Amino acid sequence: MFSFAPTIVLFPLLGFLFLGLFGARLRNEKLIGILGSGTVGLSFLVAVALFIHMLGLEPDQRKGIVELFSWIGTFTGTASSVNVSVAYQVDQLSILMTLVVTGVGFLIHVYSIGYMHGDPGFWRFFTYLNLFIFAMLNLVLADNFLLMFLGWEGVGLCSYLLIGFWYDRKFDVGGYAPGKAWTNDAAKKAFIVNRIGDFGFLLAMFLIVVQFESLSFDAVFGRASVMTPGSDVMIWITLLLFLGATGKSAQIPLFVWLPDAMAGPTPVSALIHAATMVTAGVYMVARCSILFALAPATLQVVAVIGALTAIMAATIGLVQNDIKKVLAYSTVSQLGYMFLAMGVAAFTAGIFHVVTHAFFKALLFLGSGAVIHGMHDEQDIQKMGGLKKYLPVTYKTFLIGAIAIAGIPPFAGFFSKDEILWKAFSSDQGSVLLWAIAAAGAGMTAFYMFRLVILTFEGKERFDHHHAHPHEAPKTMTVPLIVLAFLSVVGGFIGVPESLMGGNALEHWLEPIFAPAMTALRATPHHGGITEYLLMALSVGIAVAGIYGAHTVYMKRQELADAWRSKYRRIYQVLWNKYYVDEAYDALFVRSTVKASETVLWKGLDVSVIDRLVNASAQGVAWLSSKVRLIQSGFAQRYATIFVGGIVLVLFWLMFK
Amino acid sequence: MGIQLYLYLSAILFMIGVVGVIARRNAIIVFMSIELMLNSVNLTLVAFSAFLGDVTGQMLVFFVMTVAAAEAAIGLAIIISLFRNKQTVNLDEINILKW
Repeated sequence: MFSFAPTIVLFPLLGFLFLGLFGARLRNEKLIGILGSGTVGLSFLVAVALFIHMLGLEPDQRKGIVELFSWIGTFTGTASSVNVSVAYQVDQLSILMTLVVTGVGFLIHVYSIGYMHGDPGFWRFFTYLNLFIFAMLNLVLADNFLLMFLGWEGVGLCSYLLIGFWYDRKFDVGGYAPGKAWTNDAAKKAFIVNRIGDFGFLLAMFLIVVQFESLSFDAVFGRASVMTPGSDVMIWITLLLFLGATGKSAQIPLFVWLPDAMAGPTPVSALIHAATMVTAGVYMVARCSILFALAPATLQVVAVIGALTAIMAATIGLVQNDIKKVLAYSTVSQLGYMFLAMGVAAFTAGIFHVVTHAFFKALLFLGSGAVIHGMHDEQDIQKMGGLKKYLPVTYKTFLIGAIAIAGIPPFAGFFSKDEILWKAFSSDQGSVLLWAIAAAGAGMTAFYMFRLVILTFEGKERFDHHHAHPHEAPKTMTVPLIVLAFLSVVGGFIGVPESLMGGNALEHWLEPIFAPAMTALRATPHHGGITEYLLMALSVGIAVAGIYGAHTVYMKRQELADAWRSKYRRIYQVLWNKYYVDEAYDALFVRSTVKASETVLWKGLDVSVIDRLVNASAQGVAWLSSKVRLIQSGFAQRYATIFVGGIVLVLFWLMFK
Repeated sequence: MGIQLYLYLSAILFMIGVVGVIARRNAIIVFMSIELMLNSVNLTLVAFSAFLGDVTGQMLVFFVMTVAAAEAAIGLAIIISLFRNKQTVNLDEINILKW
């Protein structure tokens, strides 16, 4: 049964090849849409079949590795031979991610048929999406670091291609210097910032090769599990891996690309920049949990970065006015929670949040896409309001998503977020401070999400009726919304904690994956009893308070919002300008690089050193040849004389040597 | 009688040919000098062939003579067309193929 695993990866590849080669000639949106979504749907079906098969197996047999072919094979017997195969590993963790990627991916493909209707690049869009799914599946199903890196780079490439999909359009940069930039600039920014992270990943792989003489997960993790914790090399490996994760998953300090990535079409934001690609970093940390468990210092770094990112992005989200920007910062913030979970060694909780977040954030993004679609490309929530009358399905599903992310039981977000908060408090790596930061961020999450809902759907209609005629989205768009809304409601039940009479099926399912890490950390399960219930009630209270606050400020007493804005002008400015991070990076790195390139590299090195060297060598050769060519006089007899002289010399040499 | 005398004769003929090629200015003389060099080599081959009792050398001589005949035809044709173009066969005046 496990041998079917490669077909999961194969279908999107075939779709990509077919659409890429013949898509332009098909000229039939329906056919392209069916082909594009169908391949992902087939992958999903295979994954479901595989999952059902695995459910029937003993926990220790739920793992299969299918080797397709040898990718990099060095000569056997040499001292440093690293053999890398294209091999896919199906286990509890990778099948879970595969189900999310193909399942949510399929829904978003279907949605795109409606959203991209009439776009001249329709076929190109589905080609890229299929390529993305192919790369993402390589990432999650890989059985070694190198194949994972292939997928890692592949999703980065697709992200670049899709952010800049509308290459002839401009988008609003926002913040300190409001203005327009080409979508291509956002794409480049995403690519280059990711490159910094990828550099870390690459260095980590080199270290792993040196340390473990292998790149396959089984070998590396097997050899790692007998090492003593806290060795320098392990800390370096994990720190560099985490640097890769901060790039891909938009954490401090490399989160700046994600908000700009909203320049791409909305289904892309939902699929790549919310549900799947950005969680690749979390998945990678979870996959390497044993390595991180052996480096407690790194775990601390991960937890702190995660918590800081969560609160920082949440505060920025409080004041943004672009519907997609709010969701983008929300995504950064939620990814922070996932890393916080990883940092406090609550790997299951982190993966749980990846899954539920994929449901409700994809739902929210697709909902925002339906709003933008209905409002004719308007994204400013200050110019919306009262849309629930016009977009009833979108409104209801969006509201469900907002409740889920706010963390109201029994919606999906509650269980996963509360699990993270509890572990941040109770785990050996956790602390009250981490919990407090995360809890404050949770309150803000509830606040900005309901600010978004209220400003968009409730209250007075602030848009111009002459220009905008809001209308509900077509069926291909609303059906995925309804399915995702359903999942956002029930998705949390896979991980109901024992304290709430739940079986915590997810924890038991993933237990074999994280068992080595837990052994290395000597983690003991904490059953907090009364404390756990207290904190649970507190986190629900915070969420309710956030919602109530948003309701008060933006529904009942709207003058409060303006009053606060002028009263706390300084803070508002800082948040509105996103803590000036972009400006700081611009001044520190971008401008200095450009300046240094211009003065030192271009005018200093290129023009005055390299160009001169090249010209001088050319002139030298020209001068030399102007002298030497005189030998060629045109007199055949002179040549003959030289020829004879040469023979005589050779003869002398032969005779008297 | 040893082989040395034949070789001396051959060497002398060859050197005369070499000097003719290098020193003379008339293209036809140069051409004849080349033929002389070829024939001096033929003489060596025949001498060795007789001395060693091996006919291979004589066979080679026939080849050389055939090729030399063909070469003479082509060489003379070149000299004639040279003369038609430049009204001279003085090699000092034929030097346009240069830098």
